[in-house]
Amino acid sequence: MSTTHQPSFWTHYVFSTDHKMIGKQYYFTAIFMALFATAWSLLLRVHLAWPGRTWPLFGKLFPGLFQDGVLLPERYLSLVTMHGTVMIFFVVSIALVSGFGNFIIPLQIGARDMAYPFLNMLSYWTIVPACLLMLGSFFVPDGAAASGWTAYPPLSAIPEASPGSGMGQTLWLFAMALFIASFTMGGLNFVTTILNLRTRGMSMMRMPLMIWTLFVASVLGILAFPALTAAAIMLLLDRLGSTSFFLPAGLVFSGTVLPHSGGTPLLFQHLFWFLGHPEVYVLVLPALGIAFEVIAVFGRRPVFGYRTSVWALLVIAVLSMIVWGHHMFVSGMSPYVGEYFSVATVTITAPFAILAMNLIASLWRAEIRLSPALLFVLGIIAAVGIGGLGGIFLATATSDQYLHNSYFVVGHFHLMIAVVTMFAIFAGTYHWFPKMFGREMNATLGKVHFWLTVPTVIVGFVGMHLLGVGGEQRHLYDPTAYEFLKPLQWLNVVITLTLGGAAAAQLVFLGNFFSSLFFGARAGANPWEATTLEWTTESPAPHGNWAHELPMVHREPYEYRVGRSPQGYDPQNAAPTAQPAMAAR
Amino acid sequence: MTGVRVMPRSSAAADDAGPYPIGLLTILVTVAMLFSAFTAALLVRRTGADWAPIVWPPLVWANTGVILLSSWALERARAAARTNALRDISPRLAAAAALGLLFLAGQFVLWRTLGARGVFLASGPHASFVYMLSAVHGAHVLGGIAALVWTFGRARAGAYTAARHAGLTHTAIYWHFVGVVWLWVFALLSTL
Repeated sequence: MSTTHQPSFWTHYVFSTDHKMIGKQYYFTAIFMALFATAWSLLLRVHLAWPGRTWPLFGKLFPGLFQDGVLLPERYLSLVTMHGTVMIFFVVSIALVSGFGNFIIPLQIGARDMAYPFLNMLSYWTIVPACLLMLGSFFVPDGAAASGWTAYPPLSAIPEASPGSGMGQTLWLFAMALFIASFTMGGLNFVTTILNLRTRGMSMMRMPLMIWTLFVASVLGILAFPALTAAAIMLLLDRLGSTSFFLPAGLVFSGTVLPHSGGTPLLFQHLFWFLGHPEVYVLVLPALGIAFEVIAVFGRRPVFGYRTSVWALLVIAVLSMIVWGHHMFVSGMSPYVGEYFSVATVTITAPFAILAMNLIASLWRAEIRLSPALLFVLGIIAAVGIGGLGGIFLATATSDQYLHNSYFVVGHFHLMIAVVTMFAIFAGTYHWFPKMFGREMNATLGKVHFWLTVPTVIVGFVGMHLLGVGGEQRHLYDPTAYEFLKPLQWLNVVITLTLGGAAAAQLVFLGNFFSSLFFGARAGANPWEATTLEWTTESPAPHGNWAHELPMVHREPYEYRVGRSPQGYDPQNAAPTAQPAMAAR
Repeated sequence: MTGVRVMPRSSAAADDAGPYPIGLLTILVTVAMLFSAFTAALLVRRTGADWAPIVWPPLVWANTGVILLSSWALERARAAARTNALRDISPRLAAAAALGLLFLAGQFVLWRTLGARGVFLASGPHASFVYMLSAVHGAHVLGGIAALVWTFGRARAGAYTAARHAGLTHTAIYWHFVGVVWLWVFALLSTL
């Protein structure tokens, strides 16, 4: 069949059903949302470092957020909430899983497109109104949601509870409902495509680890997100229908007793974290998938322990569904249940450590080509190491009693699901940019980007751990309000300066990215001498992915320096050569 | 199945089942997890001191009978396909879809009956679950009716034969599943 295809502007760039274009649409949407979410975090950090100071310029730029040049407390909470929500769901989820996932799955498994191209398009066009609702919620009376990205009731359930609990929270819930619908459609497509559309010879155990991580992440999403859907429906009914799923009796606002009775806010927390914890792995596993791809290509050797990595992924998937309670050690929980959640959580570090160790071991006897992509993977290993260590203290119920809701937690999850995932997005971008756009990014600027980003984010987020040990609470509007935190205020200044530097360093990335789109050196089909199937077609890949026949797979994904081919690597579709030596043995 | 494929849209036509069994399974898992979450919530919420079950109007039994009857009509349609009685497929599908609509209408009347008794969404936790779960279930029934209408159109176009009627089977699996979910919801809300 012919793959020639003459789409109009609308069907090519806007309402496209081509997985590559949809992947790019997700990617650019994520960049767009990241600009907002980063700007909000900078406003927060500036305020936290110098809480008393006035910023007339910000007051002019954001009249709704500032009063007399000072960030308003209720807007501070809105910014915290929206920064978390948008970064997790509308930046990392859609860049890493929906963006790279859509782009790379058919290319790496040897398919012409996703199993359901129309559903794929629908999934993207469901995320767009979700983004607009989230951003638009800043402009409703009383502003955007302010109950944290976890939207705990009663703050999120009672419209009069705080300024952000009004219309902003309702829009937040509708936007999340659209996000869940979109992500479920995407997950359905990913699972079906991976199970049904692999090319001939591409057995499950020959799939690149990137595909395995996306598969496990999709299954986790399908299993976990419905719990949040149920919670969101009940929360909406509590807000708009006067039900009492999550609201107990005796709540008083402005001197009036609310009519609710009998509900329990703890129920929401259980449902939320039943999603929330697997969601962490939905984000982190594809990040490690990118790390495995890049480390094999630029280390010029097969990844260490492919099979143990696959099994570790599956064990993580199972365990990640039964550890959610560690987010709730201080919420009111039987110590016996807490003990169980502690043990289960510490257990999950074992398969996770296997993945991290396999990454490190993949560097052993590697012929390292220090590309920007590989540098960011080394950064991922560092962040997993530091962040993972912090996680052990939070997994243990006894030490979590002290650290819960402190900046230790903020530092920990930023290392794990901000640094690890953003570094993976960078590594993936440097790695697959030639395949996505047919040009190469500037490697020198990539290295500058890395060396400016790594020290700043590590100092900033490790600094947050120290603040947490010192007792600073998260969501705190003014740290200097407490006498015991005043000696630590210098740390807040250091964190703001380093993370501000990290944000500025991303301008190098954005400049490199957008200039390379137009002026980058033209890339060949396989600029990195890689073995997986996406590099067996032109850059950028044509509609239908391969101009002629689909490739047939003959070997494992990472055969670098293992065969006898003169070029030093064997692409997955390279036909086996006759090996008389094997017969003689 | 073989892995070599041309564009998936054409491959789905070439291969009777295509990617649809896995896609269907994924949908069923999602719906099952959604109602599992609601079940967990109900089990927690019923420990509240204010838990007082409502008395169901007798109409609920008729509605339950209607949705079971609808599944039976759909099975008759499949039997017609299996035995190559192709003319019988679409009338039986139409009957299944009509019974599905009748079920939804019956559920609406059920709400009105409850309302007439003064039992509303916020009247009590049990009533809240009755309204919420029947509404969420109804939304899934609506999806099923859309699938039945689509299958009806395919049947009228002569797409199904004794050898090839996977689409019909997939619609039936979803429809029976939605019926079982109703039995689950009804059993849960009438015994707890």
